Amino acid sequence: MNIQEKIAQLVPGMTVAEQGEAVITVPADSFRKLAEALRYDKDEPMDYLRDIVGMDWGEDGLGALYYLESSKTYTRIILKTLTADRENAFLPSVSDLWKTAEIKEREAYDFFGIRFLNHPDMRRIFLREDWKGYPMRKDYDMSSNPLNMENEENADTTDEYYLNPDGTIADQKNIVFDEKDFVINIGPQHPSTHGVLRMRASLDGETICKIDPICGYIHRGVEKISESLTYPQTLAMTDRLDYLSAHQNRHALCMCIEKAAGIEISERAQYIRTIMDELQRIDSHLLFYSCVVMDMGGLTPFFYGFREREMILDIMEETTGGRLIQNYNMIGGVQADIQPDFQRKVKEFIKHMRSVIKDYHDIFTGNVIARTRMEGVGVLTKEQVISLGATGGTGRASGWSNDVRKHHPYGVYDKVDFKEILYTEGDCFARYMIRMDEIMESCNILEQLIDNIPEGEYRVKTKPIIKLPEGNFSASVESSRGEFCVMIESHGDKTPYRLHYRSTGLPLVHSMDTACRGNKIADLIAIGATLDYVVPDIDR
Amino acid sequence: MNQSFLDYYNLQPLFMAIHSALCSIMPEGLAIFLEGLVVAVLILIMYAVLAIILIYMERKVCAKFQCRIGPNRVGGKGGLLQVPADVLKILTKEIIELKNSDHFLYALAPFLVIMASILTFSCLPWNKGGEILHMNIGIFFVLAASSIGVLGILLAGWSSNSKYTIIGAVRSGAMIISYELSIGLTVLTMVMMSGTMDIQQIVASQADGWNIFKGHIVAIAAFIIFLIAGNAEANRGPFDLAEAEQELTAGYHTEYSGMHFGFFYLAEYLNLFITSGIATTLFLGGWMPFHIAGLDGFNAVMDYIPGVIWFVGKTFFIVFLLMWIRWTFPRLRIDQVLTLEWKYLMPASLLILLLMTVCKVFGLVF
Repeated sequence: MNIQEKIAQLVPGMTVAEQGEAVITVPADSFRKLAEALRYDKDEPMDYLRDIVGMDWGEDGLGALYYLESSKTYTRIILKTLTADRENAFLPSVSDLWKTAEIKEREAYDFFGIRFLNHPDMRRIFLREDWKGYPMRKDYDMSSNPLNMENEENADTTDEYYLNPDGTIADQKNIVFDEKDFVINIGPQHPSTHGVLRMRASLDGETICKIDPICGYIHRGVEKISESLTYPQTLAMTDRLDYLSAHQNRHALCMCIEKAAGIEISERAQYIRTIMDELQRIDSHLLFYSCVVMDMGGLTPFFYGFREREMILDIMEETTGGRLIQNYNMIGGVQADIQPDFQRKVKEFIKHMRSVIKDYHDIFTGNVIARTRMEGVGVLTKEQVISLGATGGTGRASGWSNDVRKHHPYGVYDKVDFKEILYTEGDCFARYMIRMDEIMESCNILEQLIDNIPEGEYRVKTKPIIKLPEGNFSASVESSRGEFCVMIESHGDKTPYRLHYRSTGLPLVHSMDTACRGNKIADLIAIGATLDYVVPDIDR
Repeated sequence: MNQSFLDYYNLQPLFMAIHSALCSIMPEGLAIFLEGLVVAVLILIMYAVLAIILIYMERKVCAKFQCRIGPNRVGGKGGLLQVPADVLKILTKEIIELKNSDHFLYALAPFLVIMASILTFSCLPWNKGGEILHMNIGIFFVLAASSIGVLGILLAGWSSNSKYTIIGAVRSGAMIISYELSIGLTVLTMVMMSGTMDIQQIVASQADGWNIFKGHIVAIAAFIIFLIAGNAEANRGPFDLAEAEQELTAGYHTEYSGMHFGFFYLAEYLNLFITSGIATTLFLGGWMPFHIAGLDGFNAVMDYIPGVIWFVGKTFFIVFLLMWIRWTFPRLRIDQVLTLEWKYLMPASLLILLLMTVCKVFGLVF
C-alpha cells in the first residue's frame, strides 16, 4: 500500500500538494494521531524525523513541515500541519515520539512563536530569553529589538503547555536546574566546545547529571537573510554554515535549486562535485582526528592531522581559490574547471595518505590511555541515535545505516563502488574509528573517480535571475558530519519564500545530554569531540 | 678504585676554606648569616636559570615531536632569547585581584607552591660536597617538603572562588596525595637498598655501581614506578588533569595572572627537574660517575668528568624521558588516574618493597 493511501485512510482530511514535492497537509487536530501511527508502523516505521521546519504562511497561519524518513525502507515523506491562530499558535508536540523534536520544536518556537503542547521544555534556544517577538515571522518588526547590552540571565525554570480536559491551555513550570545543583558553565569561550557553544552541566563531584546546551552565540540569521536574496546570492551563505563541509553544503543547495528549476548539469560537473565532496570529507575527518586527540590532551598527533589537511587545502586552493570558504559550486555546475595537475596531486595525496595512516593509528588508536578513555564511554544505542536524528558517523557508529550517498544517491555516487562504514558499539571509540575508516573509504572513492572525469562543460549557462516554480523542494547530501538538507519553499519568485537548512550539528549537540549523563567531565569533552559538531552550522 | 679525581672535585674543602676565612675577619654568626644570604641568592638564580633552560628545552623537544621548529626568531638562530623575553613580559603583567576571592589565601598559594619546590630543590646533591641542605634524613625531608606544594594548589583552587579552579584543585589534591604513597614506597625501597636516608651517603653507596644496576629487576621496576608517580606529582601529562586545559581551561590556576601565575609555571618546571633529580640520586647514582667494576682505566677516565656534569646530564636525560611521555600520551581521566595508583602502582610498590627486603636479606643485590 502506498504511504499516501495509508495516510488518507488514517486522516481523511489530508491533502497533497500538486507542485514540487508531495507535501501532505494534515489538520492540526488529527496530526498527533497520524504521527503516532506513522512512528510505530509495523512495516515502515517513520522513526527518523529529519527536520521540523517552522513556517509562516501569512493569512493561512503558522505551522511546520515535518520531514520524515523510515530507517527500514528509507522512504521519505513530508507532513504539513498548521494553525490559523497567529496570536496563540499551538501545535501538538511530537517530542515523545522523536527525541530530536525536543530541540527542533524549540527552534520553531524561538523563530515563529509556535508553542508545542506537552513539550517539556518550551524555552528559546538561539535567541536571548528577553527577546521580543519572533523574527522569522513575515510580519516581524525589525526595530523591535535594539542592541541590548545587558547581561542575559538564564532562567532555571522552563514552561510546559498542556491542554486541559475542557479545552483550555494551561502552563506549568518545569525545573531545568535545581537550586542545589552544582552547575558548571562550559563555554561559550572554551577551548573544547569547538566554537562558541555553551553548555551548562550540573555535576555530582566529577560525574555529569545533566547538560543543557545553549546555542545562538554566533547565530547570523542565515535563513532570514536568504529570504531577501535571489537564488544565486543565497549560495554565498552555505560555505559559512559548516565550514568543514563547505563543498557538500553548497552542493546540496545547488542541487535543490537545479532540481526545482529543471537545470540539467553536465556529467563533468557531477564528477568534479563528487570529488570535491570527498576531498572535503577527508579534510573534515583529518581535522576531527586532530581535535579528538587534542581534546584528550595528546598534543602531538594534532599536528599530524593538520599536516595532511594542508595538502588537501593546497589542492583545493589551486582549483577553487579558497582554502576554507571555497565558493566553488554554482547553479548549473562549478565555478571554474579543475587545474591541469589537479588529478596528479589528488593521486599523490591518496598515496601519501595511505602511507601515513599507520602513524595515526600507532600514536593514538593503539594507545592504552586513548583506548580506556574512549571504549564504552558515551554509548548511544541504535534506537537512541535514530530518535535523536544523530546522522553521519555518530549514527553509523551505533549501527544505523544512514548514509545518504548509499540510500539516496546524488552526484555520481551511484557509479562508484564503496562501503558504508558501520560499527555497532556506539561508544566514543566506534565514532572515532568510523571517521578514520571513512578517510580510507573516501580515498577509494576518489581513486575510482579521479581518472574517469569525462570531458565536457563544467558549467551550463543559466539565466542571471532564476525563478523557481511554486512548491516545496529539498535536496540532501551526506556532509562530513551527517545528513545536510536544504528545504526551499518557493512562491514563484526570484527569492525563496522560506529557505531552511537541516543542521547536522543541532541533533548532535542535543545528543550530548543523553550521551554524557553518568560520565565524567573529561568524558564530556571526549564525547563532544567524537560527536563532531561544528557550531556555525548549529547557529545558522 | 681510583678516587683521586672524585676527591679533587670535592667541594667540601673549598667551602670549609671560605668559611674559615670569613670567620677570621668577622664573628662566626655574621659569617654564617652572610653565607646563608649568598647561598639563598644562588639558589634563586639557579632556580630561575634552570626554569628558563627547561622551558626552552620543553619548547624545542615538543616542537621536534610535533614536526615543528619551535622558537626560532628571538635571539638569533635558535630562538635562545625567547624564554627570557617571555619572563620579562610576565614580570610586567598586572596581578589581578578578584573581587570575591579570599585575598590572603589567594596571594599566599603561589608562594606555598614555590616554597615547597625551592625547599626540595635545595636538597639535590649537585656534586660531592655540593648539596645545600645536608641532613641525615635528607630524603625524608624531600618527601615532607614536596608535600607542602599540594597545599598551595588546594588553596589556590579554593580561594579563587571559581568552579573550574575548585575542580582542578580537588583533582590535584586527590591525585598528588595518592601518588605520594607510591613515591614514598619506592623511595623507601631504595633507602633500604642503600641503608641510609642521607642523600650524600645514598650517592656515595653507589660508587661501585648505580642502584639501578645493583638492584637489577627490583630496582628497575621501582624506577619505572617512581617515574610514573613522580610525573603525576609534577602534574604533568598524561597526569595533567589538574590543569586539563581542554576541560577546565587552566584548572586550579585559571584565575591567576602575572607573576603569581608565573610562580605556578616555574614550580611546574622545577618540579619536573626535582623529580628527575631525585630519580637520578636514588637510581642513577646522583653525581657519581659511571663505573664498571674491574675496568680501572675506564673508571679513571669517567672520574675526570666532574660530578656536577654527571648529575645534570643524568637529570636532563630523565627530564627528556618525561617530556617524551608528556608529548606522546593523551590525558588520563581522574578515576583512571586513581585506579592506576590504588589498584596497580601501590600494590606493586609494596611488592617491590617486599622483594627488596628479601633480596637484601639474602644478599641478592650486588
